[in-house]
Amino acid sequence: MINLPENELDFGIAGSEPTMLGQPNFWRRALKSLMHDGVALASVAFIVLLVIVAVFAPWISPYNPVQQFANGLSPVGAPVGPGSHFLLGTDSAARDVLSRLIYGARVSLLVGVVATSLASAIGVVVGAIAGYAGGIVESVLMRLTDMVLSFPILLFCVALIAVTGPSTRNVVLVIAFAYWTYLARVVRGQVLSLKEREFVTAARTLGVGHIKIIRKHILPHLMPTIIVYATLGIATSILLEASLSFLGIGVPLPQASWGEMISEGQQYFQSAPWLLIAPGVALILTVLAFNLAGDWLTDLLDPATREGR
Amino acid sequence: MTQTSTLLSVRDLSVHFRLRRGPKDSRNVRAVDGVTFEIAKGQTLGIAGESGSGKSTVARSLVQITRPTGGTIYLDGSDVTSLKGRRLKEFRRRMQMVFQDPYDSLDPRMSVRDAIGEALSVSGLPGPRHDETVEELLRRVNLPASLARRYPGQLSGGQRQRVSIARALAVNPKIIICDEAVAALDVSIRAQVLNLLKDIQHDTGVAYLFISHDLSTLRFMADQVAIMYVGRVVEYGTSDEVFSRPLHPYTKALIAAVPSVTTRGRTRLKLSGEPPDPGNPPSGCPFHPRCPEAVDQCRLTRPELGTTDEGQSVACHVVLSRHGRDATRQVSP
Repeated sequence: MINLPENELDFGIAGSEPTMLGQPNFWRRALKSLMHDGVALASVAFIVLLVIVAVFAPWISPYNPVQQFANGLSPVGAPVGPGSHFLLGTDSAARDVLSRLIYGARVSLLVGVVATSLASAIGVVVGAIAGYAGGIVESVLMRLTDMVLSFPILLFCVALIAVTGPSTRNVVLVIAFAYWTYLARVVRGQVLSLKEREFVTAARTLGVGHIKIIRKHILPHLMPTIIVYATLGIATSILLEASLSFLGIGVPLPQASWGEMISEGQQYFQSAPWLLIAPGVALILTVLAFNLAGDWLTDLLDPATREGR
Repeated sequence: MTQTSTLLSVRDLSVHFRLRRGPKDSRNVRAVDGVTFEIAKGQTLGIAGESGSGKSTVARSLVQITRPTGGTIYLDGSDVTSLKGRRLKEFRRRMQMVFQDPYDSLDPRMSVRDAIGEALSVSGLPGPRHDETVEELLRRVNLPASLARRYPGQLSGGQRQRVSIARALAVNPKIIICDEAVAALDVSIRAQVLNLLKDIQHDTGVAYLFISHDLSTLRFMADQVAIMYVGRVVEYGTSDEVFSRPLHPYTKALIAAVPSVTTRGRTRLKLSGEPPDPGNPPSGCPFHPRCPEAVDQCRLTRPELGTTDEGQSVACHVVLSRHGRDATRQVSP
């Protein structure tokens, strides 16, 4: 009655479906899309450059960022403008602006990356548990998230730092504490839909444990979201760190940080505009680069928006 | 029907959901209501019915994805209705499920090897022996061993469904539940997969609970058939009995609806209307508003499943009064 040749193997193997994160062709595809997208390429290149500068700061930086130079001030005691000796001029304390900018990149990246990693870790764990467990666990965790989310972030950070005292570590912790909520919400939403997928049900009927299901069947699907959010989160964290340093409660002096440099520069904006322009441009470019790179990653990793690119 | 030992026995299985639409409007939806059946070792029971009849809920409650709210399930003579923890895991190894949608039942981020390997890990096979066993299982479902490194996205629907079957076989189950397992496949590939399932049953003696809305598939696969309507079994018997001599008006209508080349010009028994909302079923027999043979009694009392002279069980006042030996609740094994 039913007798057909086993010819099904001849078609269907084509394998033209877009490859995903972690699959062999992913990196080649990423590179190809980068080559076709000038803005993304520039952003990624800028980020790579920034990382190199930050990592190799002691070798790249022309001077010690906290050293005060005898020739760093003009005879009347004003900062020296950009010139051959000090490429971006000096600040009011006779320190080299370029060196401070380079070391400031270290602080920005460190705070941005560490705070975002921490925030992502908390957000993913909270969101995944809330979404997967459901019920009362979900209610408690999500109301907690809403609570943190409802604070005005900057005010919240100022208050927290006022209590904990300013230090790089505290800045990182405070930023992480303020930003984990965004990812927690998104992750919860995704887990809610993922856990209803048939392959999760299939794993459950197989007798795979809950922890293992979350680790092997849910987390890998969250990676694109996490990566995109983390990239955007770095930009936000860098901006928040700059704001805190601008207010004088960020990275403690005399350590260089872009926010602190902007804060100082605005006092001398009329007489020494380079003090404001240098860190301002660095900050804008960095935040812009991370945001644009985040957009590119969204398109790259999200199959829904991938069409037509 | 030959007397074989019972593998799975389901008694009075019920799955009721509480549906809340507002503070005052909360209703009990009886997705599955008092379903009873048995499956013998190495046999296939087919369950048919329209969408919403509770077929899939039966499947999901058997593998305990949805907890049954009533009734008992016996597997190999022991009660497996509400197991927990280690014993639930152990039970799951004996009952496996192949899902409807081959595009969703395999994790797109897991290679075929890892997907089958996961099942092997659950069954306690040490890692180093996975590759060899995966190859063996792929051969079992007529797939080349080279497929092990591929991802579901690189496979066709039929190939995916074979991988799902291999995955289910990996834990050596006694029974596999196929919930519309071939519904999403092309007709030619469907036939191949059905033949494969039959071969596997022949070789390993695994039993199937085969759920399908497609009666010709069931006729090919099933030894026994249960027809469901709004959460209840309305007709139950051997495949031959039910298909060659349907008694319940609903079964008759379902069979009449199957397109056929040989019975051209036959007057078709047509069903009008939609199946009722299980949250708000009609009084009496839930089928009476659509039934061409309904009498007054049908509107008042719900018929229980009773055995007819012909041997199958039917839940219908009209049929039972015409053919019935007794209208007491009784199920022919």
